Amino acid sequence: MAEIKVEQVTKTFETFAAVKGVSFTVDHGSFFVILGPSGCGKTTTLRMIAGLELPTSGRIRLDGEDVTGLRASARDIAFVFQLFALYPHMNVRQNIGFPLRCQNFPRAEIRRSVEETAKLLRIDHLLERRVGGLSGGDRQRVALGRAIVRRPKAFLMDEPLGALDSEFRRLMCGELRELHDRIDATSIYITHDQLEAMAMADRIAIMNQGLVEQIGTPQAIYDRPNTMFVADFIGAPPMSFLDVRASLSRGARSIEIDGVPVEMPEVFEDRAEGRFALGVRPENVSFIDSSQLRGRVIGAEYLGTTQIVTVTTANGQIKARLPSANTVRVGEQVGLALRPDRLSLFDASSGQALSSALHAGGRHG
Amino acid sequence: MADVALVQVGKSFGAVEAVRDFSLSIADGEFVVLLGPTGAGKTTTLRLIAGLERPDRGNVVIKGRDVTEEAPAERDVAFVFQQYSLYPHLTVYDNLAFPLRSPARRMNESVIRRRVQQVAELLHIEYKLDNRATALSGGEMQRVAIGRALVREPAVYLMDEPLSSLDAKLRAELRLELKRIQRELGTTILYVTHDQIEAMTMADRIGVMNEGALIQLGTPREIYERPNSAYVASRLGTPGINLIPAELLGSDAVPPNVRTVGLRTEHIRISSADRSGPIAQVHWVEHLGDQNHVHLRLATHSLVTLADPVQELKAGDQVSLEFTEPLYFDSAGNRVGSDGAGVRA
Repeated sequence: MAEIKVEQVTKTFETFAAVKGVSFTVDHGSFFVILGPSGCGKTTTLRMIAGLELPTSGRIRLDGEDVTGLRASARDIAFVFQLFALYPHMNVRQNIGFPLRCQNFPRAEIRRSVEETAKLLRIDHLLERRVGGLSGGDRQRVALGRAIVRRPKAFLMDEPLGALDSEFRRLMCGELRELHDRIDATSIYITHDQLEAMAMADRIAIMNQGLVEQIGTPQAIYDRPNTMFVADFIGAPPMSFLDVRASLSRGARSIEIDGVPVEMPEVFEDRAEGRFALGVRPENVSFIDSSQLRGRVIGAEYLGTTQIVTVTTANGQIKARLPSANTVRVGEQVGLALRPDRLSLFDASSGQALSSALHAGGRHG
Repeated sequence: MADVALVQVGKSFGAVEAVRDFSLSIADGEFVVLLGPTGAGKTTTLRLIAGLERPDRGNVVIKGRDVTEEAPAERDVAFVFQQYSLYPHLTVYDNLAFPLRSPARRMNESVIRRRVQQVAELLHIEYKLDNRATALSGGEMQRVAIGRALVREPAVYLMDEPLSSLDAKLRAELRLELKRIQRELGTTILYVTHDQIEAMTMADRIGVMNEGALIQLGTPREIYERPNSAYVASRLGTPGINLIPAELLGSDAVPPNVRTVGLRTEHIRISSADRSGPIAQVHWVEHLGDQNHVHLRLATHSLVTLADPVQELKAGDQVSLEFTEPLYFDSAGNRVGSDGAGVRA
């Protein structure tokens, strides 16, 4: 168990700033996910925590101790890479025990730790097997075993499930999270897959272009995105935005779109006339004939239980998640109803969410 | 006319039967997706059509011509691989033009220019044409790889999980784009994936594969609503279908011969425990943003279903369940009372 503190860390490669002043705290025993697109700086951040890169500035603390300048081997941290590489000529027991043999642990202790670890991962029946004949899942478990056998203070994982089948990934997500809870670990996990992040994390940090855009619980980030980037990155399909020109005063509870007043959570700021984006998630859109807010259906994607219907309006495209049983014809005109208490309003130029009854206090973390 | 047909094709590697007695006919302009887990034989099927593998049995027919004995270059196909392999020393333009400059095809450079330009616009990479291939992001590289297949106009495009190495976000975008491009150009595509969303959203018809065999072939709706087996039913749907033993529902509740009952989330209605019907306990509610999954315990079995956001459920709650239109399966996993829709392979 450990607390990891990242304080104002930056990393510059020649002229390229990969990480630009990132701060966050990962509590003892929590599962922290850094989520973002490729190139956002998440892997560089993780590598600095591991000691594989030195920050250009800023501090990293492990349980209060400043480890910024320490080499990777001097930090009590295990790193699980995206592509798990096992030693093909060794059996499962030798693979898991390898880190301990390297550190010249006594043989009896290695044996005990390996067997304990294997039991934890439920692969103790495979200890004498060669890794070549194992299924993908068992290979992944062996790789995890090699990481946890040392019982380090923290686990850093860089898209460890990236190379797996989607179904299998879902299963391993559950397993990883359960393992984390069982060994009472502190984990930092990196992914570009928002579903993985939502399913596993206690808290998520969303990164974009070297900066943290938002930190919060999965539900908070989903329901109250601080920025249009976050709103767009989380959710499949993501939040839709309607382009609106308006001026707003504190206490406003509706906004006019194309002359139609649309109810929304009470706004807590005064804003001069400008461009805004009204954000709505697909599950909060429904079709109601009587609605004055009109659009034309341009596509429907069948997903089994539900379908995603794309509607074009004078102010932009909206996606709606509807039951598949509803018949929707491409080309038809529909009236749109947006669930009032679930709407987010963003400043279209800065991309920042306005403070409102939904986004009370605005910035979290 | 069928563009591509596989007729009772079989292929073994040593003792492993990778593809068995496989027949499939793809119409001109059709988008067919083969869906299955790793090792189902999807990629081998593609490679058999491309001529990268020779079948042990059966025939491959392209545009009415039996090509079983022909070399890959003689077949009128273009292959897009999972891992994009571009020429790193060439620009995007030259990468795209490469297939057209083959000595076997001899095309006028101005025709090539026009074609490359067209495809680049289609894929929204026209402003990157002068970049080196290595100076692109992953998504752009994969677009170029797809573009390199599109510059030619083969009888069929064979695509082997072309989106699986991309960001989830980019994957969703390219999924829509690929479908749009296919519609606009009227191309014939055979696409393999293990991703059910890709299959559901892009395919005209889905072929579900398992252990080398084609288990069911049909439109996404047919496969989802009328699966011929528990296996097919479990391939589609999020959360996955709940398969529970029939005796949990009571013997008079299900037709004879039924061993397993398949309940999709839309087949389960949850109401307060004072109603009649099986009683279950809420184990936990998983918040996934857009969907909340409710994990229920029904006797010794767990069920996962979507929670209605208006219904406030919490762990420990007792609820009564009502099942509408469940799917029934016999002891072999085959659908009972199957309406015959969806072609049985």
